[in-house]
Amino acid sequence: MPTIYIDDNPYEVKEGKNLLDAVLSLGEDLPYFCWHPDLGSVGACRQCAVIQFQDEEDEQGRLVMACMTPASEGTRISIQHPDASQFRENVIEWLMVNHPHDCPVCDEGGECHLQDMTVMSGHNYRDFRFKKRTHRNQDLGPFINHEMNRCIACYRCVRYYRDYAGGGDLQAFAAHDHVYFGRHEDGVLESEFSGNLVEVCPTGVFTDKTLKRHYTRKWDLQSAPSICNHCGLGCNTIAGERYGTLRRILNRYNSSVNGSFLCDRGRFGYEFVNDDARILTPVMKNVETRQFEEVSEDDAVAKIAELTRDKNSVIGIGSPRASLESNFALRTLVGSNRYSSGMSNAETELVNLSRQILNDGPAHSASLKDVEKSDAVLVLGEDLTNTAPMMALAVRQAVRNQPVEKAKQAGIPEWNDNAVRELIQDEKGPLYLATPTNTKLDDVATKTYNAAPQDLARFGFAVAQFLAEESPKVIGLDEDVKSMAKSAADALKNAKRPLVISGTSLLNKSLIQSAANVAWSLCANGKKAEIALTVPEANSMGMSFLEGQGIESAFERAASDDIKTAIILENDLTRRVDSKAWNQFLKNVENIVVIDHLENETTAAADILLPAGTFADSDGTLINNEGRAQRFFQAFEDDSAVQESWRWLQGVLDLGKDTDVSDWYSLDNVFSAMTKSVDTFKGDIVVAPDAKFRINDQKIPRSPYRYSGRTAMKANVDIHVHKPPQDPDSPLSFSMEGYSGKQPSGLTSFFWSPGWNSVQSTNKYKNEVGGELRGGDPGIRLIEPKRNASPKYFTEVPEPFSPREGEWLSIPLHHIFGSEELSAKSFGLSKRAPEPYVALNPSSAEKLGLQMESRVSVKLDGTEHTLPITLHENLPDGVIGLPVGLPDFNGIPLPNWSKISGATE
Amino acid sequence: MFSVLRSIWIVLKHTFRKRETVQYPEEKPDLSPRYRGRIVLSRDPDGGERCVGCYLCAVACPVDCISLQATEDENGRRYPEFFRINFSRCIYCGYCEDACPTYAIQLTPDFEMAEYDRNNLVYEKEDLLISGEGKYPGYHFYKVAGLAIGGKDKGEAQNEEEPVDIHSLMP
Ligand code: SF4
Ligand code: SF4
Ligand code: SF4
Ligand code: SF4
Ligand code: FES
Repeated sequence: MPTIYIDDNPYEVKEGKNLLDAVLSLGEDLPYFCWHPDLGSVGACRQCAVIQFQDEEDEQGRLVMACMTPASEGTRISIQHPDASQFRENVIEWLMVNHPHDCPVCDEGGECHLQDMTVMSGHNYRDFRFKKRTHRNQDLGPFINHEMNRCIACYRCVRYYRDYAGGGDLQAFAAHDHVYFGRHEDGVLESEFSGNLVEVCPTGVFTDKTLKRHYTRKWDLQSAPSICNHCGLGCNTIAGERYGTLRRILNRYNSSVNGSFLCDRGRFGYEFVNDDARILTPVMKNVETRQFEEVSEDDAVAKIAELTRDKNSVIGIGSPRASLESNFALRTLVGSNRYSSGMSNAETELVNLSRQILNDGPAHSASLKDVEKSDAVLVLGEDLTNTAPMMALAVRQAVRNQPVEKAKQAGIPEWNDNAVRELIQDEKGPLYLATPTNTKLDDVATKTYNAAPQDLARFGFAVAQFLAEESPKVIGLDEDVKSMAKSAADALKNAKRPLVISGTSLLNKSLIQSAANVAWSLCANGKKAEIALTVPEANSMGMSFLEGQGIESAFERAASDDIKTAIILENDLTRRVDSKAWNQFLKNVENIVVIDHLENETTAAADILLPAGTFADSDGTLINNEGRAQRFFQAFEDDSAVQESWRWLQGVLDLGKDTDVSDWYSLDNVFSAMTKSVDTFKGDIVVAPDAKFRINDQKIPRSPYRYSGRTAMKANVDIHVHKPPQDPDSPLSFSMEGYSGKQPSGLTSFFWSPGWNSVQSTNKYKNEVGGELRGGDPGIRLIEPKRNASPKYFTEVPEPFSPREGEWLSIPLHHIFGSEELSAKSFGLSKRAPEPYVALNPSSAEKLGLQMESRVSVKLDGTEHTLPITLHENLPDGVIGLPVGLPDFNGIPLPNWSKISGATE
Repeated sequence: MFSVLRSIWIVLKHTFRKRETVQYPEEKPDLSPRYRGRIVLSRDPDGGERCVGCYLCAVACPVDCISLQATEDENGRRYPEFFRINFSRCIYCGYCEDACPTYAIQLTPDFEMAEYDRNNLVYEKEDLLISGEGKYPGYHFYKVAGLAIGGKDKGEAQNEEEPVDIHSLMP
């Protein structure tokens, strides 16, 4: 560990860092703009100047940019040196020359890195009397607001958008102080990760357009640490509320999961929480009029307790979008053999298979960080950008690892971003993509292979066969597919950290099995192979821990047994089963009890409907695809009857008296009851600090200490200021009161540090820049591989796909915007969702005599849809793609055989 | 002993001074314009609402008695959707006026605000908004800021160049 001297004090720093990184990691303050922990240094803004001395004798020193100078042994610098601080002040002064007088109307205000750095550098008076240059803005779509006047030309945005996230439509234009950051013309930013510009841009050029519609300053938000609900990866977020509505989602740094970034679905998909369709009171259907009528909470609970008195007449259908605790409460109420996971049978089987592979096999279940660190990647079947967006971003970083290694050997440190990129140019590490059609990652792939799902699985098995003799042979493979499999196998074998990715999105078992075979055969070759399997929803993996049966099985049970009552938990079943089965189910059961937060077709069928909390107004635990249990906390509490689903069920259980649930007044107790009684959880598991956790006897506040308006916000209703609500489930307080130091990891409701109001304050919460949060990253992995287990290879290689005459295999195509139920109901996101379509390849379209704008009718599972076609160059013959989750296709089981014909208008 | 006598003498002397006390309420006291009394929201010279909903007054308020919600008209001009001051909490410190970047919020020399019912001390925007500019005539925030709003395009604020033509190659 090199020792460096800052203003004559010695400090030990980590090898291979630059001075800025080292100084910040030591907890010191030094202004900067163009450097970013995930983007490295380019030395563009000249803000991080320090004086470097040759040796102890040197009194003169010279001005250097800290971000471009390695922190090598014996480096002597001064941050406080008058020349350095004068220089930094002047740099800000020059930046301010053209900066508009906008802070009061700028959404960045109060969390603006430029404001912070201006104050830090001491430039506090404007002397400039001349004219400012101005720019016109662009309309960049529903997510991002553009205000170009505020730009300081730090180039972070384009470096993030193009170099890091692989976007193509944001660019720097023009020259000198005319330089302009935007698109070539007005239009929606194409990248699925554009929302991160809001946090990357140190000024108010790019701000959150959804926040703008209900703008609130950072200091006025009551926030809670949360977990993204919109896919199986479980990215860490901060959910911020004001006046009873959710205002925005911000990234919450977790070095093992999402790091510094989120996808746009996660960031902008929150507005369903404020939707008019929220269920706010318990209602019951009048037997005669069949209309909902409001009932008291007690009556509703008592009625359900009565219906569930005879346990043998009840089934419970849980949900992969509800918390573990709520699902467990339901499972307790109905009994584990009458409890369903709320996923289709097919999905249940695949998720269980995934857990079994991760749990019993020798390959390590990869976190997003592991994905980012891997140096050879094979993707089997997943269109990651649309099924697990942040994993796609991680893969984009992974392909740089091998070339960057070369740069390191050439003596260029990784943080020297421009030099590294100059050296490696377009070189990419190995990434083999096997997907049904083209994906957004194709541009960084070494090779792509597009085929029907079972052919993709055959490809996977072929790769495994090249790596291990014991893995089954694939017979009758095309030569070119075989040679691609060979080169993929070689690349994986030669890598230090090979990774195999697959998942459930195509609902194909063989694909996942083939991925397991590849990963395990790598392990057999002595590699520390990683495997990442994506799952459909936020708590799908959690469902496999609770071991519920599939919906179809539950429906069968409802038909055969004496089932009178069904309790449906946070689940719109009409999205998952076809309408025939659903209607039959409704006929079979007399009473339908639904607990959910948004009105949908299932809640419309309810006899009793109870209001549940969303992720923002309830607490709970989710398990992500990696097997990491993570807790989300309630951001706000309002006066409505909304509460956690498990609390409703606790009320019912309490009246039933079969189970002692008297201590279920707190989430912690429900969670520990679950880990004790469900065998798949082994023993004591601590996901987050419990509700009794205190620092200096104080709770951890949800709001910054400058939270405003406390004595006025509700004064129009009642002049008396009431005590804030109490929270039995967490150590967080519903106010600014409590421990005022840095909140511990996992309980961070906002990042703030004196002098650092912007998101850059995150650095102060880390052990070191780019490293773990102090106190360790939150969450706990419940799945660890059996490293020494000898792999039991899957032996069933599927038959090759053969197109049928007159019939088409319809496979699901996922969309980051639109396929997921809740986010699709959010204002901004709904504007980006595609219209329903049928995708097929141009030659098939030609055969059917279809043109670009043709509409076709698709007969599928007894239903018929007339839809426009979309041409997908690479979709295999005999296969059509249908968008998942769009209203038209709800409940239609895919993949499936269908018939299509040109529509007669 | 001496100091006691001196005190008595000073008190006696005051008996013949001009009275500071006035016969309130028949007679109104003469208050300086910078007296810190009832708070108003003023308008800019064009008659538009001056407040831009920046939340700085609310955050400056030591008793947290100001709350508001910013919103925007169709041309991007920000204004408060609601603006509430709970005068039963206000301590008339004037920090809000200090913090306000637009001269919108001002304290006035009116202190006659007593109410029998505390609820009547909650003032909404309608109660706060006056029709004039108050103590600071002439200032118009949007003429200074770079934001384009209805009637003021980019480059039309004070000390602004015409918007850059990014297609131009001129230096
Ligand atoms: S970018 Fe920052 S400094 Fe500039 S106007 Fe916005 S808040 Fe103020
Ligand atoms: S738009 Fe923002 S990130 Fe991009 S150069 Fe300007 S200030 Fe930097
Ligand atoms: S990748 Fe998934 S979990 Fe992460 S932000 Fe996006 S939708 Fe949410
Ligand atoms: S400080 Fe002024 S402009 Fe800002 S919200 Fe208050 S009154 Fe309005
Ligand atoms: S941060 Fe070092 S030059 Fe910009």
